[in-house]
Amino acid sequence: MIRKLFVGAAASALFGLLAWSLYHLPAHPAGLTVQAHAALPRSGVSHPVTAVLLNYRGYDTLLEIAVLLLAVVGVWSLRAMPAGGPEARGAPILGALLRLIVPSLLLVGGYMLWIGAFAPGGAFQGGALLGGALVLLLLGGLGGALLRHIGLLRVALSAGLLVFIAVGALSMAVTGTLLQYPEGLAGTLILVIESAAMVSIGLTLGAMFHGGRPVRAEGAGDDE
Amino acid sequence: MSEPLTGLYLIVGAALFALGLYGLIASAHILRKIIALNVMANGVFLVFVATAARVSADAPDPVPHAMVLTGIVVAVCATGLALVLADRVRATPPGTDDGEHGRWT
Repeated sequence: MIRKLFVGAAASALFGLLAWSLYHLPAHPAGLTVQAHAALPRSGVSHPVTAVLLNYRGYDTLLEIAVLLLAVVGVWSLRAMPAGGPEARGAPILGALLRLIVPSLLLVGGYMLWIGAFAPGGAFQGGALLGGALVLLLLGGLGGALLRHIGLLRVALSAGLLVFIAVGALSMAVTGTLLQYPEGLAGTLILVIESAAMVSIGLTLGAMFHGGRPVRAEGAGDDE
Repeated sequence: MSEPLTGLYLIVGAALFALGLYGLIASAHILRKIIALNVMANGVFLVFVATAARVSADAPDPVPHAMVLTGIVVAVCATGLALVLADRVRATPPGTDDGEHGRWT
């Protein structure tokens, strides 16, 4: 009890300190808006957030995609999880609903990816929709079929990182700098990276929800 | 300019961070600790987005936006990994070497 009071007091003090310092931030900071917009015509896309993600700070995003893959590797190393067979099918109404919702989620995900070049959207938003579709499929007992193709799944999970690295290496071979896209090709290369990244991000989120290395539901594969 | 509202977001972000820190230290249950970490992370995201809006209400700074965008996805994956680790702690019988480091009650 005393401990909780002490921690509460310390957390309150921290809040006071943080609130005080945030309140006294400069009223009109310069930020990086001007620089981000100034370089936009050369970035290959016309939306500044996508330009930051895939061009100005591309290396940062590359490492974050690697973190996602590492998280899946970690989860899969720790636990095996049966990927539900046909007997795991959920309620019929849920199944019928999923047949309507999942294709539209995939469509909107692809749209998000494409619109990312001009407006809010991109690989992460599209990937989140893809992940949502996978979560729904898993909840409805229909995702097992997808997860059981383990070889294909591995390729798709790492595609984002591998394509990102390949584009980075190729651009280094041409321009001499990692992820420094050749003039005029930036837009295309960003779309290539984002397409692969979206698939990987969506599948990563789905695999995290599944919560373990998919094994056949009939047992036998549950090695610790 | 939506200056007062931005200020509110900054303060709420700081409050979420402090609340999360309290939860992280004060609760013994691993699941609560993981949720508390997520509350802390969301406090940071809120502060980031609010600082982006302070630059200009019409054209917010895109750099914090991009960092929050990737941060959210990374936080989700880190949470997933943490949950599986927590389950491993729960499944480890007490008395074994591994079982003494975590408490699941």
